[in-house]
Amino acid sequence: MKVLLSTTVNGEQVQEAVLPRTSLADFLREDLGLTGTHLGCEMGACGACLVLMDGVPVHACLVLAVQAEGSTIETIEGLNETGAAADLQAHFHDRNALQCGFCTNGMLMSAQALLEANPVPTRDEIRDALSGNYCRCTGYEAIVDAIDTTARDRAARTEAAK
Amino acid sequence: MTLHIGQSQRRENARRHLAGRGRFVSDLALPRMLHAVFVRSPMAKGRLVEIDTSEAEQSPGVVRILTAAELNARCKPWVGTLDHFAGMQSPPMSILAEEEVLWTGQPVAMIIAKSRAEAEDAADLVMVDIEDSEPVTDGAAALQDGAPLANSGARDNLCYEALLETPAVNEAFADAAHVVEASFTFGRHTAVTLEPRAVIADFDPSSGALTVHHGTQTPYQFQDVYARHFGLPEGKVRVIAPDVGGSFGMKLHVYNEEMGAVAASMILERPVRYVADRLESFLSDIHARDHIVKGRMALDAEGKILAMDVDDLAPVGAVSAYPRTSAAEGNQVIRLMGAPYNMPDYRGRLQVAFQNKVQTSQYRAVGHPIACAVTEALVERAAEVTGLDPFEIRARNLIADDAYPHVSATGYQFEKLSHQASLAKLREMMDPDALRADQARLREQGIYRGFGIASFVEITNPGAAFYGVGGARISAQDGAVVRMTPSGDIHCAISVTEQGQGTETIIAQVVADQLGVSPERVSVTTGDTATTPSGGATWACRGAGIGGETALRAGRKLRERILTLAGALLQADPATLRLEDGAVVDVATGEARITLEEIGRVATYRPDTLPDGVDHSLTVAHHFAPSGYPFDFTNGIQGSLVEVDVETGIVRILKHWVVEDCGRIINPLLVDEQIRGGVVQGLGPAFFEECQYDADGQLTNGSLADYLVPMACEMPDIEIAHIETPTEDTILGAKGVGEAGTAAAGAAAMNAVNDALRPFGARLTQTPMTPLRILDALDAARKQRTDP
Repeated sequence: MKVLLSTTVNGEQVQEAVLPRTSLADFLREDLGLTGTHLGCEMGACGACLVLMDGVPVHACLVLAVQAEGSTIETIEGLNETGAAADLQAHFHDRNALQCGFCTNGMLMSAQALLEANPVPTRDEIRDALSGNYCRCTGYEAIVDAIDTTARDRAARTEAAK
Repeated sequence: MTLHIGQSQRRENARRHLAGRGRFVSDLALPRMLHAVFVRSPMAKGRLVEIDTSEAEQSPGVVRILTAAELNARCKPWVGTLDHFAGMQSPPMSILAEEEVLWTGQPVAMIIAKSRAEAEDAADLVMVDIEDSEPVTDGAAALQDGAPLANSGARDNLCYEALLETPAVNEAFADAAHVVEASFTFGRHTAVTLEPRAVIADFDPSSGALTVHHGTQTPYQFQDVYARHFGLPEGKVRVIAPDVGGSFGMKLHVYNEEMGAVAASMILERPVRYVADRLESFLSDIHARDHIVKGRMALDAEGKILAMDVDDLAPVGAVSAYPRTSAAEGNQVIRLMGAPYNMPDYRGRLQVAFQNKVQTSQYRAVGHPIACAVTEALVERAAEVTGLDPFEIRARNLIADDAYPHVSATGYQFEKLSHQASLAKLREMMDPDALRADQARLREQGIYRGFGIASFVEITNPGAAFYGVGGARISAQDGAVVRMTPSGDIHCAISVTEQGQGTETIIAQVVADQLGVSPERVSVTTGDTATTPSGGATWACRGAGIGGETALRAGRKLRERILTLAGALLQADPATLRLEDGAVVDVATGEARITLEEIGRVATYRPDTLPDGVDHSLTVAHHFAPSGYPFDFTNGIQGSLVEVDVETGIVRILKHWVVEDCGRIINPLLVDEQIRGGVVQGLGPAFFEECQYDADGQLTNGSLADYLVPMACEMPDIEIAHIETPTEDTILGAKGVGEAGTAAAGAAAMNAVNDALRPFGARLTQTPMTPLRILDALDAARKQRTDP
């Protein structure tokens, strides 16, 4: 039996009837058409499905849609539209920090969360922060470089603003 | 004029992935689409007694349950052999198991339901009665006399065998000053693309047309396969490969599930979607490697390699993969042995065995990592017995850079390689003297570091010698259609495909340079049999070398067409004109005479103003197949620095170096990222990745929680340098680079680990080099020291 779910996704109020067993990932992808959230393992190991739930990265494959009742969800589509990670996206592009693009959503979510918590991480800290994001294509170095450059740019801008 | 070939052009198509706007098959939903789930054999081997679907049929959302009788009848069985592999056998394969199950996970029934979840619910209710029998899991046991058959359709468990031998190989070993030998075990692993295999088959009975949205590298190969196996005219089959979430060779094989989706769509006359979940990926994607190799190397007193003698046993599952076979990897293993070196004599023997596991087949760097690891580990032992330094022994044996063309002892023809220059460059980058000093200093503190190096060649730009000569309908050529739009922009539709490596970007660069425009003005279409010309697509490193050359020649054809038209408009000899910065320019003065936009306008809207007989068609097509050498080999060398914790067996990979020569570099940024990604795909199976089976043929670690893949925190920074030796077989001069990283990374790492363990006399000869195996090696060495 479906239950009614009220939540906020990418700034929009959403009311949908969902089966209690529907994962947040399936709800976002299939019911809302937000296919930028990807499914790679459906057991919380690969990081392709990361979304921000009340500002915190969560595996949308491990969260039930009904658990998002009353929450605020931000997916890659929303993050893209707010422009909050535009510099990070630009550095990923410039450094070619993605190939097939399937992990990219999760990488951006992890990077954005890392830089909020630790604005100037070391390379080792960046690599640690990505320890739940699997990428088969790049070998990770370009991703680390892109995050590193973003962090240093942001820090320089913050410094200049003082 | 700025040339774009050689520039680090950024990938335009990466932007939509960064915005969450990728278009993967797994994202696609079609009207009236149904979802497929397979009921799979829980046993590795057995007789299928009964399948009871009655309860499952009543499950909510179920539309149909298809069993072998109905589904297999729709599809002509496939046989994974090639004619040029003499004596090779493989029993025919159909979508669902009929009487016998051959591996754990083999599909036995197909559930079609309104949602994936409902199909999974129903799958749990299907009762499958299998009378199980003892599976054949071990490759060596499979080939012993009296071994039970892994597949009752086969004569015996020997799928294929081959022997390469030079006449004087026995004398070479008899006369050798030194012979080193070792046995190696290379684990079975798998591709683990982040997007699993995905297909939506959409048969339209009103037109008889089949459209398949298929996450694959090779749309044309599948157009041919679907047409022939489902009895459809080729022109009625369209295969569309949109964004593909990683492939690496894994998504170009024919799988039971994809064929099942097509058959089901034809039966139900509705779109049928199958997307593997991760557990199914581990059970049904091709696995790779799995070799047991015995190797010997003969050397003279100066440390010169005289010969190698290797024996490769490769168990490949219960059938050979289709259409590229499961024997190609072993075939390349025995042909790539010793390839970088002056090695006059050789014997290589290959045995490919059937067993009750999922099939193995081509995956990135087919055969290369095995041949490289064996050769380079033996060279390392040779260095020890001759007292030579790892760089010195290679300097003495690598083919001299001025000694080309060269034919290897296994028959490969090398046009021109740069092993010695690569070795010198690597030495400069690694500074081995400083590394040795560090190593000695740290050993006193109980820290064990080691470094290792590994030379390699890579097979790229394959012509028809790869598959075509063996009767496989796998295109050796590629095609491009290049046109100028009415506004003077350029469009290129090409048969090579994109999986994120940057194919579309480099094609735009190549075309742009032929037509004097910026790459931003060139749009590229790939991955759709309805909108691109026919061709082999992207595999075995042919996107840049063959696809690039195709685009170059097509671009030049259009250039001639534009200049002829411009000559007519300007009343000038076309030979006095060239294209530059979006205009036709007078060669003598450099003056811009007419823009492409103006030519496009006249040709499209006012052809009536052109002189009579002037051809105003601004679309050209060109197909290109490699000629000259059967393959364009590339070469390079890699170095690895590791630290082994001898208490825990845990290895930290500290640094990795690569020197690579892929000929003309079209895009340095993309080349380096191909190498980095490839290195990590080589380090994964060297340290972590292994499909573990128990004696009953059950895969025991088939999930991403249990199967270890390389993650960011374990991987090193990778320093890369290049030598550029263009091939003269083409105008462009580019060779492939996609497999170079994977080819030698594991070999360098194994030499590095063994260098670190040298003070203990311990040595690893098995991959992955897990902490447990390292501790076992240390333990064995300790026992040998105390109890010799």
